[in-house]
Amino acid sequence: MTIAFGNPDRPNSYIGKTVPRPNAERLVQGRGRYVDDIVLPRMVHVAFARSPVAHARITGIDLEAAKAVKGVLRLFTGADLAEICTPWVGVLAHLKGLKSPPQHALAVDRAAWVGEPVVAVVATTRAAAEEAASLVMVDYDDLPVVTDTMTALDPETPLIHPDLGDNLAFRRLHEEGDVEAAKAGAHKVVSARFRTARHTGVTLEPRSILVDWNPAEEQMTAYHATQAPHMMQTVFAEHLAIPEGRVRVICDDVGGSYGIKVHVYPDEVATAAIAKVMGRPVKFIADRLESFTTDIHARDHEIEAKIAVDEDGKILAIDVDDWTGIGPYSVYPRTSAIEGNQVVNLCGGPYDFANYRAQTTVVFQNKTPTCQYRAVGHPIAVAITEGLVDLAAAAIGMDPVEIRRRNMYADDAYPVTSPAKMRFEGLSHHASMDKLMELMDYDALRADQVAARKQGKHRGIGIASFIELTNPSPFMYGIGGARISAQDGCTVRMDPDGSVVAMSGVTEQGQGTEAMLSQIVAEGVGVSPSRVRIITGDTQVTPYGGGTWASRGAGIGGEAALQAGRALRDSILEVAAAMLQADQSGLDIRDGQIVDADTGIERMPLEELGRIVYFRGDTLPKGLPRELVQTRHYITSEYPFAFTNGVQASYLEVDTDTGVVTLLKHWCVEDCGRIINPQLVDEQIRGGIVQGLGGALFEEIHYDQDGQLLNGSMADYLVPMAGEMPDMVVGHVETPTAESELGAKGAGEAGTAGAPAAVMNAINDALRPMGAQVTEMPFTPERILRALSKIQD
Amino acid sequence: MTGEFSEKVDIEVTVNGEPVEARVPAGRHLVDFLRLDLGLTGAHASCEHGVCGACTLRVDGEAVRGCLMLAAQADGADVWTIEGLTDQGACTDLQRAFVARNALQCGFCTPGMIVAANDLLNRGGIPTRAQIREHLSGNYCRCTGYEAIVDAVESVARARAQDGKGARAGEGAA
Ligand code: FES
Ligand code: FES
Repeated sequence: MTIAFGNPDRPNSYIGKTVPRPNAERLVQGRGRYVDDIVLPRMVHVAFARSPVAHARITGIDLEAAKAVKGVLRLFTGADLAEICTPWVGVLAHLKGLKSPPQHALAVDRAAWVGEPVVAVVATTRAAAEEAASLVMVDYDDLPVVTDTMTALDPETPLIHPDLGDNLAFRRLHEEGDVEAAKAGAHKVVSARFRTARHTGVTLEPRSILVDWNPAEEQMTAYHATQAPHMMQTVFAEHLAIPEGRVRVICDDVGGSYGIKVHVYPDEVATAAIAKVMGRPVKFIADRLESFTTDIHARDHEIEAKIAVDEDGKILAIDVDDWTGIGPYSVYPRTSAIEGNQVVNLCGGPYDFANYRAQTTVVFQNKTPTCQYRAVGHPIAVAITEGLVDLAAAAIGMDPVEIRRRNMYADDAYPVTSPAKMRFEGLSHHASMDKLMELMDYDALRADQVAARKQGKHRGIGIASFIELTNPSPFMYGIGGARISAQDGCTVRMDPDGSVVAMSGVTEQGQGTEAMLSQIVAEGVGVSPSRVRIITGDTQVTPYGGGTWASRGAGIGGEAALQAGRALRDSILEVAAAMLQADQSGLDIRDGQIVDADTGIERMPLEELGRIVYFRGDTLPKGLPRELVQTRHYITSEYPFAFTNGVQASYLEVDTDTGVVTLLKHWCVEDCGRIINPQLVDEQIRGGIVQGLGGALFEEIHYDQDGQLLNGSMADYLVPMAGEMPDMVVGHVETPTAESELGAKGAGEAGTAGAPAAVMNAINDALRPMGAQVTEMPFTPERILRALSKIQD
Repeated sequence: MTGEFSEKVDIEVTVNGEPVEARVPAGRHLVDFLRLDLGLTGAHASCEHGVCGACTLRVDGEAVRGCLMLAAQADGADVWTIEGLTDQGACTDLQRAFVARNALQCGFCTPGMIVAANDLLNRGGIPTRAQIREHLSGNYCRCTGYEAIVDAVESVARARAQDGKGARAGEGAA
């Protein structure tokens, strides 16, 4: 039996409805349970002495003053931990040529970025551990520091890792068609230099971990703010020589992740190692400076790009040269080459064109390591593509919407393979653009812009179409050798009172995973969502799965939940048919009742069936299967990724005297396939947009040439606050994926993917009459005034 | 945060309506005192220097950052955390509106956000969206993009005005 998604009045129609999140009530009452809220008996705290210099040999460590602090129990150097914790190397086999040196939990004889942990101090209180960490004396012999991306490969630049032969971590060139010939024959070739700033996630809850080692059971339990509990289980087991089955990772409430909490951090592995040595619970909570210097950074790209078009605005070629600096190590185990690789995969994404060349060059530097952060590579690729398309439109005097319409894949063209060799199963660029035009009333807005201009107000409209990669298969990490699961599982069971418990391998980080799963299971089984309890985030309890990343929760975890729920429904109906002496196919479950499928007449509540199965099994036919528990796992198999699409628009005003940008309104129409909970999807989009707006207008990590991070506080690294953010209109087109019964794709990154490009294009639309243009993010007042030649030094 | 002074100070505070006597290190921040010594983990510590609002508490009727105030400074004060405000029903309507509008995702900012928003609503009247945004501009939320929060606060302001409660709502706990 399939679900009639088209009929909103079907029985148990919970998929597609806004249903409240079961965990929200707890959180508004302050009853969340984040890692720092957990206190265990005999718990101690660890703090880290970190490198104050960007690159140096460690020639001596003096721990005496630190040891004298009251409450200090033990100190660990890199050499101490290296005895019990093996180093790791952040490479993947399918990213050909990617190299990175071994990385230790604590620096052993060399520190390679400001913030790298060097000595761990364990004390009875966090305050004592921190005070003692500040008293650790380390002798550093300075080594040459490499900070600039574009000169990292120059022959005169020192090598960060002489053993590796050069500062190149990874390079990939993709070529399709003949870009040079296309440019030579083009009506116009437009080029631009783009820059996206170094960002970090600034999760409100800092990275947090509490690890306990029970020597009697030889079992490790890690309470961890993570997106991937099973991945971390493998990592702890492998590097601390513990059987995987003896590591349990528990992930309760997590205070924001956005990709920050899906990586292996040396201080967190050190915390686990120390717990094993000391045989007691050890807690590490990063402070805000540590967050800025050690949470992964992202998006530090410099790009030269060109677009060639004919007289009609048809795109003939796109040519991209992307450079990024990733810090001294490729981050384990997902690697720091994925972001650049994504730029190559995603540029030109919405458009049907033939000639494409893109190269990414990924170099080492002495800065904080970079890795995957919400919408990995998308904001960069979308800024390049949509920036180029707008410049081309301006060059030939065409409306930016019109040039897009002339180039986007037709909605009936699918399946297609893009020039980047991405396979699209079904997208809706034109329908999405039509919907956007209607929502924003494009023509009226253009009229408003003209009227404002007459009053000396410089307003701009920016459009950005995009594709988003979701529902990843093993092609993302697994084929490269990483033990990162692309499949996910769900176990659903019915208890005697007719209530349902579902355990899933995907995790909740606030996006509404548990609500989404409860709706799907409720519909799959035939009970109200309030009768379903969801359990996530415990490797000892849930089926094996990948967790939360690359917008996979609904599409993959959701499908597993649907299949498990449907299977449980069948098991229940088999028992019901025996009890009622009815034909199983004539029965259904609706709102917790066994009913006649045709008439809807109630035959028996699930409580009664539960009572019989669990307490009066003697009354059932001998040999009748009576397992009221089912597990299903799901993996995508037809397409390596389920692409989604969308289009955003920004309307803003630029004050040409101060350079200040005021966001007036923002729109996003996106197509994530089947929508399970409209409200949750809309709020994912809104949150994502604002994260993208932060990158467009404010966020930028600054380093000096010695590799010192200059703005490591929330007062100095500006994030979007309520006062500066616009209201956002969100609309949808639904093109379900045919790969699954549910048809859901991801929605977690669409907002962040498109917002920066929309803002860039809107600013440039506002500035165009003045002949000014900005392509270097964030678009600070200073950069805008420079573009207007109002600042010139 | 480093630098906890070693001296101890005796304090008497009312926390969520209950008397508390404690001997605290002079450098202990109020939010840490509540979290570590009293087990009231509803207020969160995040930036620990007064920028993010995650630690917002109500002290003597005012919204205060628990990471900027020392426990010693709270001697004699009337302190309310999200736990106590919840028990008193001082912000039930706001909490309901946050859930209904999905004005929270990870929830880490939420207790501070609710205390800060309640502070605005207790002044009475119906603030404009711009005023709500302005008032909450010291409370950082990375998840929601703020619009749902503004919607929730606005809807409660309207509802309270309609019920004629205005500034009196939530006074039970102040
Ligand atoms: S923790 Fe107090 S304002 Fe951020
Ligand atoms: S809900 Fe996560 S920071 Fe606000």
